Amino acid sequence: MNEHRTTIYTPDSPLINPIKLGREMFRDLADSQGLAWRLTVRDLSAQYRQTFLGFLWAIILPLANTVVWIFLSRSGLVNVSDTGLPYPAYVFTGTMLWAILMDALNAPLQMVTASKGMLSKINFPREALVVAGIYQTLINALIKVALLLIGLGAIGIYPGWGICLFPIGLLSLIMVGTVIGLILTPVGLLYSDVGKGIPLLMQFLMYLTPVVFAMPKQGISAILFRFNPLTPLILTARDWLTGLTPEFLGYFLAVNLVSVVLLFIFWIVFRLAMPVLIERMGS
Amino acid sequence: MGETLIKVDGLSKKFCLSLKKSMWYGMQDIGNELLGKRHGSDGILRPDEFWAVKDINFELKRGECLGLIGHNGAGKTTLLRILNGLIRPDQGRIEMRGKVGALIALGAGFNPILTGRENIFVNASVLGLSKQYVDSKIDEIIDFAEIRDFIDSPVQSYSSGMNVRLGFAVAAILLEPDILFLDEVLAVGDITFAIKCLNAVRQITNNAAVVFVSHNMPQISRFCTRVMVMNHGAVMLDSPNPSEGIDRYYGLVQQLQQTSGTGEAEILSVVLIVNNQSIEGVEPTIPHGAEVGIRLKLRINSPSGATISVNIVDSAMNMVVAMPICNAMGTLNFFPPGIMEVHGSLGLMELTSGKYSFTIRVDDSNTKVVLTRAQGLNPFRIISDFAHWAVIERNIVPEKINILATS
Repeated sequence: MNEHRTTIYTPDSPLINPIKLGREMFRDLADSQGLAWRLTVRDLSAQYRQTFLGFLWAIILPLANTVVWIFLSRSGLVNVSDTGLPYPAYVFTGTMLWAILMDALNAPLQMVTASKGMLSKINFPREALVVAGIYQTLINALIKVALLLIGLGAIGIYPGWGICLFPIGLLSLIMVGTVIGLILTPVGLLYSDVGKGIPLLMQFLMYLTPVVFAMPKQGISAILFRFNPLTPLILTARDWLTGLTPEFLGYFLAVNLVSVVLLFIFWIVFRLAMPVLIERMGS
Repeated sequence: MGETLIKVDGLSKKFCLSLKKSMWYGMQDIGNELLGKRHGSDGILRPDEFWAVKDINFELKRGECLGLIGHNGAGKTTLLRILNGLIRPDQGRIEMRGKVGALIALGAGFNPILTGRENIFVNASVLGLSKQYVDSKIDEIIDFAEIRDFIDSPVQSYSSGMNVRLGFAVAAILLEPDILFLDEVLAVGDITFAIKCLNAVRQITNNAAVVFVSHNMPQISRFCTRVMVMNHGAVMLDSPNPSEGIDRYYGLVQQLQQTSGTGEAEILSVVLIVNNQSIEGVEPTIPHGAEVGIRLKLRINSPSGATISVNIVDSAMNMVVAMPICNAMGTLNFFPPGIMEVHGSLGLMELTSGKYSFTIRVDDSNTKVVLTRAQGLNPFRIISDFAHWAVIERNIVPEKINILATS
C-alpha cells in the first residue's frame, strides 16, 4: 500500500514517448529476473526429473551428430578438406557450438508457446519468458562446454589464453540465437508453420556454416560461407576454444554490433506484439 | 470510502469475427504502433469488426466492489482483461493507482512434475512476489489449502480439488492488492473450503477496489456495492443497487418457448392467478410470498387418457419445483381424452428472487409416452431485497422466545 504505482493504459503508441518506453522496458527486465530464474529452475528440474539420463541429454544429440560425421569422413563417404584441426575435434566443437546456437534460437518461441495459458490470464513482465529461455540455454551450454574441454583435452588440444575470450564467443552465439528467435516469435505464435520450418531451414543453414565442413576455398559455396553471418560466430568461438588465432574478428564484431541493435528493435516489437497476439490466442 | 483507485474513461475495444482478417488487422496494429500511430486505427470499424466493449466509464474507490453481469459474450471478461493489462484498448483511457492483483487463473504456471511446495514458489513469482515474502507466508498457505501431508509430493498426484485449493491459497494469502479483479473464482472446492474462500476474499475486498465478474447472482448481491449490466459490449445499467441490476439482468435472459412430444396433447393456455387476480403482461413480477394459482386449458387426443405434471424452472433451466397433478389419494390424476380446464393452487410463492418459467408435461397414462412437453411457458420474475443461496426463501417468525440466560 506504500507503493503507489500508477498504471495507465491508452491506445497511444508507446513509441510517442521513447524515454518512458525505455524506462519501462528496463524496469520490466529488472522485475522479470526473479520470475525468469524461478521458471528456469522449474523447467530444468521438471525436464531432468522425468528423464533417466538427466543432464546428459544436453550433450547426447550433438555427440551423436559428431559420431555420425566422424564415421562419414573416415569411411570416405564424404570428403572433407583440410580444417587446420584434427577432424574429430573440428566436428566435435562445430556441432556443440551449433547446438548452443540452436538452443538459443528455439528458446523464445518455445517458452512463449508453452506459457500461452499463463500469458492469456496473468499480467507479468513478458520479458521473463525470454530471459528464462536465455538462462536455460546458458546452463545447458555450460554442460556442453565442460564436455568439450574434457574431450579436446583427451585428443590433446588445449585452448591456451583463448579460453579467457571464449565466454565472449559463447555469449555472442546465445545473443545472436536469441535475436533470431525473437524475430521469429511473433509470427511463429500465429502460424505454427514457423515452428515446424525452423529445424528444416537450420539444417540447411548448418551446411552453409563451417560446422562439419571446412571453409571452401572457391566457387559459389565459398561466397555463401563467407557472407553467412553465422560463420564468424562459429569460427571465432572454435578458434578461441582450440587455441587458434581467429581470422574473422572484424566480421565477428560487426555481427555482434548489428545483433545488439536488432535485439533492441525486436525487443520493442515483441513488447508491442504481445498484447495483440494474446488477444488472438483467446483465453 | 477511500480514495479513487480506478478511473475508466470512454473505454472501447474492437474484435474481429474473421480469424484471417483478425490476424491481418493485428499485424497492421503492430505496424502502426511501430510508426508511432495509435492502436486500433483511431476507432473506425474495419470490415468484419464489431465493438466487443463500447464506451465504458466508471470510477471505483477503495472499499467499493463493482459487479459486472451480462450474458456470455457481453464483454465482461474482455473488459476485465483490458483492465488487467493483458490486451490494449482501442479507445479511451484507464488509470489505476496502487498494486493490481487478479484472482483469475488459479494455479497458473503449476508444473505437474514439481512438488506442491516448489509450485507455490513458481506461482508466487508469476504473481510478482519475492521469495522472502513467500517464505514468511508458506505455512499459512499450506494450512489454508489443507494439504500439509502432500506438500512435498508432485502436483500431478493431487486431486483436482487439491489443485484448486492450492492455487486459491497461494493467490488469496499472498495478494494484498489495492485493486482486485475477480472472475468467477470466489468459491472453489467443497462447501467447507468454499466458505473459507469467501471469507478470505471478503477480507481482501474490504480494503481494495474490486471488479467482479460472475453469473452467480447471490454472490453478486452479497459482495457488490454497485452493479453494471452489460449487453453487446455496452453498459445497459449502472446502479448502486445490486438487486436492481440483478433484476435487469434477469430481464435479458431469454427463456425459449419450446414444445416436444408426440403431439397427441396440446397446452391451449396457462393463466397465473396471484392473490385471486389473473395476472397479465410479459414477464409479470410476482411478489415474494404471494398466493399463486394456475388455470390450465388443454386438449388430450390420446384415447387412453393422460396424466399432467406442472414444473417451475429457473433461469438456468434447473427444475426447482415439481408439481404433479394428483387426486385426493395422492396418486397421479387421470385425465380422459377431450378439452378441459384445470384449476389448482400452487400454494405460496416462496422462491428466491430470480426469473422462472413453467414447464408442463402431459404423459399417456397407459404407455407413459410424452404426449407434449412445453417449456418456457409464462415466464415470471420474483423480486426480493436479497438474493439467497437457497431456492426457497421463508422467514422464521418465532412464536415464542425463551431467554434462558442473559450475558
